[in-house]
Amino acid sequence: MSLLVNLAGLVVIGLIVWWFWLSSPRARTVATGAPIDILVDDGVYTPGVIEAKAGEPIELRFLRKDASPCAEQVIFEGLDISAELPVDRQKTVTVTPPAPGEYAFTCQMKMYRGKLVVR
Amino acid sequence: MADSEHSYRFSIGGMSCAGCVAAVENAIRAVPGVREATVNLGERTASVSGEVAPEAVVAAVGQAGYEAAELRGIADEAGKEAAEMAHYRRLLWKFGVAAAVGFPLMGIDWLGLMPPLAGWGQAFWIVTGLVTAGVMWFSGRQFFVGAWKAFRNHNANMDTLIALGTGSAWAYSWLISLWPTLVPALARHVYFEAALIIIALINLGAALEMRARGKTSEAIKRLIGLQPRTARIIRNGKEMDVPIEEVGLDETVRVRPGEKIPVDGVIIDGHSNIDESMLTGEPLPVARGKGDEVIGGTLNKSGSFLMQAKRIGADTALARIIELVRSAQSSKPAIGRLADRISAVFVPSVLIIATLTLLAWFNFGPEPRVSYMLAATMTVLLIACPCALGLATPISIMVGVGKAAEFGALIRNGEALQRARSLTTVVLDKTGTVTEGRPRVVELLPAEGHDEAGLLRLAASIEAASEHPLAEAVVAAARERDIAPETVEGFEAVSGKGVRARLAGAEVLFGNRRLMAESDIAVDDWEGRAKALADAGQTPMYLAVDGALAGVVSVADPIKADSAEAIARMHALGLKVVMLTGDNAATAEAVARQVGVDEVFAEVLPEQKEEKVGALQARGEVVGMVGDGINDAPALARADVGFAIGTGTDVAIESADITLMRGSLHGVVEAIAISRATVRNIKQNLFGAFIYNGIGIPLAAGVFYPLGILLNPMIAGAAMAMSSVTVVTNANRLRFYKPKREVRA
Repeated sequence: MSLLVNLAGLVVIGLIVWWFWLSSPRARTVATGAPIDILVDDGVYTPGVIEAKAGEPIELRFLRKDASPCAEQVIFEGLDISAELPVDRQKTVTVTPPAPGEYAFTCQMKMYRGKLVVR
Repeated sequence: MADSEHSYRFSIGGMSCAGCVAAVENAIRAVPGVREATVNLGERTASVSGEVAPEAVVAAVGQAGYEAAELRGIADEAGKEAAEMAHYRRLLWKFGVAAAVGFPLMGIDWLGLMPPLAGWGQAFWIVTGLVTAGVMWFSGRQFFVGAWKAFRNHNANMDTLIALGTGSAWAYSWLISLWPTLVPALARHVYFEAALIIIALINLGAALEMRARGKTSEAIKRLIGLQPRTARIIRNGKEMDVPIEEVGLDETVRVRPGEKIPVDGVIIDGHSNIDESMLTGEPLPVARGKGDEVIGGTLNKSGSFLMQAKRIGADTALARIIELVRSAQSSKPAIGRLADRISAVFVPSVLIIATLTLLAWFNFGPEPRVSYMLAATMTVLLIACPCALGLATPISIMVGVGKAAEFGALIRNGEALQRARSLTTVVLDKTGTVTEGRPRVVELLPAEGHDEAGLLRLAASIEAASEHPLAEAVVAAARERDIAPETVEGFEAVSGKGVRARLAGAEVLFGNRRLMAESDIAVDDWEGRAKALADAGQTPMYLAVDGALAGVVSVADPIKADSAEAIARMHALGLKVVMLTGDNAATAEAVARQVGVDEVFAEVLPEQKEEKVGALQARGEVVGMVGDGINDAPALARADVGFAIGTGTDVAIESADITLMRGSLHGVVEAIAISRATVRNIKQNLFGAFIYNGIGIPLAAGVFYPLGILLNPMIAGAAMAMSSVTVVTNANRLRFYKPKREVRA
């Protein structure tokens, strides 16, 4: 019993590491030139991972449903872009990723987390 | 997607007939995503709905030859406040319902009146479980939904911790209620009340945080409050009051005495005295008449006038200032990056710590192990607060940037705010920064064979084509004496030295000693007099005709009344003050003596200013450059922090790190002092958040159990809820910060 519980605990730790750090969501939205709608609700950006090409501007249309102040801002790290998101009203943010790499976009408190994967 | 469909209103400029209406409507309807477009000629507005970005509509109307601007403003803010208020009330309800069930249950437990987990008591617990399920659904649903959605996205957030902490307590309680014999007798304790109280307290914490956060954006609210809500427009010959959002481009607006000017525009009839202190800090009203520009938000003190709206909605100076402050408020300086990195891995790390805690209690804990395991694991999950860490920097930046705006300093971003704190040297441009920037002619010294009027005529003729501030002074002096300038030919400005031109066949030179030396014109006999003028803080300029000196025109630019005091305050902050000027050394030294600067770089050509800043940086100084943002632009950009002195209407707003709306050097001192206070506040917040988690998590895990200390999960939940409130409250202290005005002797 004791061994079983300890093994289960270690498996849980392994799963946490794998799920949150090593693997990434399969669902990705690929920028095709058309605006991409992003829903801001329940602690997540949907979609949360967007693939884009370096140097090509993409229009991200955020629609914030979550009224808590945490969701109020979206900040694109390393791109010097931020925007205030009104509740229940679309806000378009145009981003031109300068170089290939991964750029996180988050709320002020980093609870909402999204990613621009630039190729 | 219905969710992305929205309605917008635009003001349309340039329409005069029904044909224009059709053209604008067609242009808007051609934009992909537009479902409906209606243009109103009388109001000069367009209503558009559909899945479309407002910018696309503005561009389409522009291509059709008209002007469009989205009508936004106070309505947006009112909507935001209403949404916040509704959310605040919702949070209080959630707290109230969870507390109303949780606290009585806790009371019964403390009084030892809890029924046993057998017989009728078991039925009581099952009913209690059902009731708490309903309450948790009402008060805590968002945590579970958020946690699940985050999990599916390979994310973990605060919801994850709360959902796991309270969910495991609740599930364990159900297990005990249904099958009590599954666990040892000593561990048979239900945690329904704990789950509810934790959810109640976290909702209360979120509500309190929201309340406190409302205060952090007071500066923005105050700026927005400067905008009037309505405007009196003249449409189709009739005067009517309309909401400010409905004022169209080029519309005629009447402004009566005592009213605030609704939008930016130009006076087309009438005149008045206008209090522009909200932008310039200048307490005395300024006279404005036909053709003068007026700025929305400033106060019309006396007369009534008609103006034409030239900038509306998001384009007004005030709206741009608000946007700049907002954008800076959401940026983050380097100091927050460590916290960001920790925040990014925080929740999964806590999940691992919680699992290790569970294993540690399972392997080494005393009896009842199951109870200890559950309580300690739950407490770890509940006390760990990523929010305090995530909030520590942005909330202080928000208040600090807003505070600086109150003092007329518009800080471009968090990075500039952080760098301003470390400045060691402040470099001041002389003209327009230390001095008024409005020079006037104070002495005319004609050479033999010339008279004052002739000398001034020559000087004004050649300077009429120049845009230099000193040229304006010469031309103004000629105008005052009714001296008409003559037409010159071949005008040429010699950068940093003066001007040359031909007048009635003669070559005329007007400028400094370097210009004369370059042209081999002897000024030796005049050097003594010129030096005396320069020593008195004036700028002597030589005028030569066909290679011979015709005289000296001396111009003085008065020192701003508060420059010396502001520089003394810079010294009090431990800063070294350097003055940089293209003016001659003696004048510069005289001004420097009067205001108390430490070092002077004089006779510096505009292109050399940047080099001087670079040289100071090479000496190890962290340099703040203060200039008027035009010829100082390269130096402002080179400096660690560029301060542009100007007004809200200047293009400088767009280019400097910090823009001082009021033309006083006190703004530099206040921006630096606020920057220091803000960074101090951020450090306090970060320290608090790190210490809180650094001590809280081991405490919750039971590291201090051998000393008899083990945390109750409900206290952990309350502490977690309050940690964000503490950070926001500490940041709010900045609102009361006032830079010291007095200078130490």
